[in-house]
Amino acid sequence: MIESSGLSKTYGKAPAAVEAVRGLTFTVAPGQIVGLLGPNGAGKSTTMRLLTTLLRPTSGTATVAGRDLLADPEGVRRRIGYVAQGGSTPYGQPLLEELELQAMLYGMSRPEARRRVAEVLDLFEVADLAARSGETLSGGQRRRFDLALGLLHRPPVVFLDEPTAGLDPGARAEVWDLVRTLRGEHGVTVVLSTHYLDEAEALCDRLLVIDRGRLAGDGSPGDLRERVPGGAADLEEVFRWLTGRPASEEQPAPKALV
Amino acid sequence: MTSVNITLGARNGVVRDTWVILRHNLRKTARQKIALLFGAVQPLLFLLLFGPLLSGLGSWQMLVPGLLVQLGLLSAGLAGFGIVFDARAGVLDRLRVSPTPRLALLLGQALGGTAVLLLQSALLVAVATALGLRPPPLGLVLAAVLLAVTGTGLAAISNALALVLDDAVFAPVMTTVMVPLTLLSGAFLPMSMAPGWLNALSAATPFRHTVEALRDLLAGDYLTPAVGLGTAVSVAFSVLCVALAVRIFNRLNA
Ligand SMILES: Nc1ncnc2c1ncn2[C@@H]1O[C@H](COP(=O)(O)OP(=O)(O)O)[C@@H](O)[C@H]1O
Ligand SMILES: [Mg+2]
Repeated sequence: MIESSGLSKTYGKAPAAVEAVRGLTFTVAPGQIVGLLGPNGAGKSTTMRLLTTLLRPTSGTATVAGRDLLADPEGVRRRIGYVAQGGSTPYGQPLLEELELQAMLYGMSRPEARRRVAEVLDLFEVADLAARSGETLSGGQRRRFDLALGLLHRPPVVFLDEPTAGLDPGARAEVWDLVRTLRGEHGVTVVLSTHYLDEAEALCDRLLVIDRGRLAGDGSPGDLRERVPGGAADLEEVFRWLTGRPASEEQPAPKALV
Repeated sequence: MTSVNITLGARNGVVRDTWVILRHNLRKTARQKIALLFGAVQPLLFLLLFGPLLSGLGSWQMLVPGLLVQLGLLSAGLAGFGIVFDARAGVLDRLRVSPTPRLALLLGQALGGTAVLLLQSALLVAVATALGLRPPPLGLVLAAVLLAVTGTGLAAISNALALVLDDAVFAPVMTTVMVPLTLLSGAFLPMSMAPGWLNALSAATPFRHTVEALRDLLAGDYLTPAVGLGTAVSVAFSVLCVALAVRIFNRLNA
C-alpha cells in the first residue's frame, strides 16, 4: 500500500537547516495498522506530511495506494485520509457545514454528501453535536469530528498523526476501538504515529521505530522485543537497545551537516 | 467502507470546486454580519464626516468612487486575515490534502472576499445615495464589475501573503501599505490638483486608474479613455495577483 524509498526532508537552508527525516525506506502491506513510534521531535509528523503530499521531499519519494507522490499527487490525495496532529475542526461555525464541504471536495454531489455525512455522524455517535462549532466541544468530542472529517470519503489508506495525544483514557480507548474497526471490518490500511509505548504495543501490528529522522527498527512489537538479546520486557527497553537513548527523551533538532 | 471508489473525485474541477468553497465561505460570511459592517466603517466615516467638505467639487460623484477603492484596499486587501485562523486550526491543511485543484482553493477563498467587498460597497453606495449621489443603474453595474475584478486580485494576493508572512508581520505591514496606496489613488481629491511629482507617482499605481474609471462610470460616461485605461489596468493587476498567489499556494509544500 505504501512504498517509501529514501524519503528525506530538510527544513530551511544552511546554516539553520534541520534534517527532520533522513532516508526512510519501508513498505506497508494493505490492511495493517502501522505505527511510527518515536519521541517528540523524531520526525513522525514530517513523515506523515510527506506521505500526504503536504510537504515535498528534499530527496527520495514514495508511492501511496499505487500513486507516486511526486508524479501524481492528486491521485494520492484521492485515495488517502489524513487526520493532523491537533486536528482540523474549525471554530465559529457548525461542524455539519464543514463535513458537507469536505464530502463535496471529494467529489460527492450534494445529496450524496448529505447522506454520507449523516452516516458518518451516526458512526461516530456525534449527530447531536453537529450543529455546534469546534470551540464548544470537549477534546474527545472534537477528536471524533477530526476523525470523521478524515474518513468521510472512505479512503483505503489513512494517516493519523498522534490520534490520542491529549485525550483522557476513555476517549483514548474509543479511538483504539475505532482504528481496529477500520482495519478489521473495512480493510483500511492505517498509518498512525505515537510517542506512547503502551499504544504502540496494544494497537499496532507493526512498528517503524523512528530515531532522529532515521528508521531504527521495523517489526511487530513482539518481534522487536525478541530481537533484543535475552528478550526485552517492554518497548522502552527495545527503544533503548535500538537507539542507545530512552524513548521519553525529547529529540533535539538534527542539524544538517554542511 | 470496504469498496475503494476510484471514480471518487471525478466531479472535481476548478469551476465546480471554486463554487463549493465560495458557497461555504458565503455561509460563513452570512453569520458574521457585524464584521461585515465593521469593515465598511472607515469609508462610511469619510463619506459622512469628510464628504460634506467637498460640496464645491461635485462631492459625491468625485468622492464615492475613491471611497469604493479605499474600501477595496481595506476589505479585500486584508481578506487574508481570515485564512490565518484556518491555517492555525489545521483546516487549510485538510483542504490541501483533498483532491481539490489548488486554483479552486485560492479562488474560492478570494471570491469570498470579493463578495464581502461588493456587499459593503452596496451599503456605501446606498448611504451615498441618501446623501445625494445619483448614479445611473448601468454605471453602478459596471462599477461593481470593475470593483469585483480589482477586489478578487487583492483578496487572492492577500490570502497568499498571509500564509507566507509571519503573523506578526502580515497585519502591520498590510495595514500600513494600504495607506499610501489609498492616498496615491487620489481617492479623496482629484490627482489633477497634485504637484507634478505626486501626480506622476500616483499614475504609477494601479488604483489611481481604477478610481478614475469608476468616476466616469458613476457619472454615466462609459466610453471614455479613463474607463478603457482603468479597466485594462485593473484586469492586468488582478490577473497578475492571482497568478502570483497561485504560485505561492503551490509552493506551500516546499
Ligand atoms: N516547519 C519546520 N521548520 C523547521 N523545523 C521543523 C519544522 N517542522 C518540524 N521541524 C523540526 O523537525 C524535527 C521533526 O519534527 P516533527 O516531524 O514534528 O517530529 P515529531 O512529529 O516526531 O514530534 C524537529 O526537530 C522539529 O523541530
Ligand atoms: Mg508530531
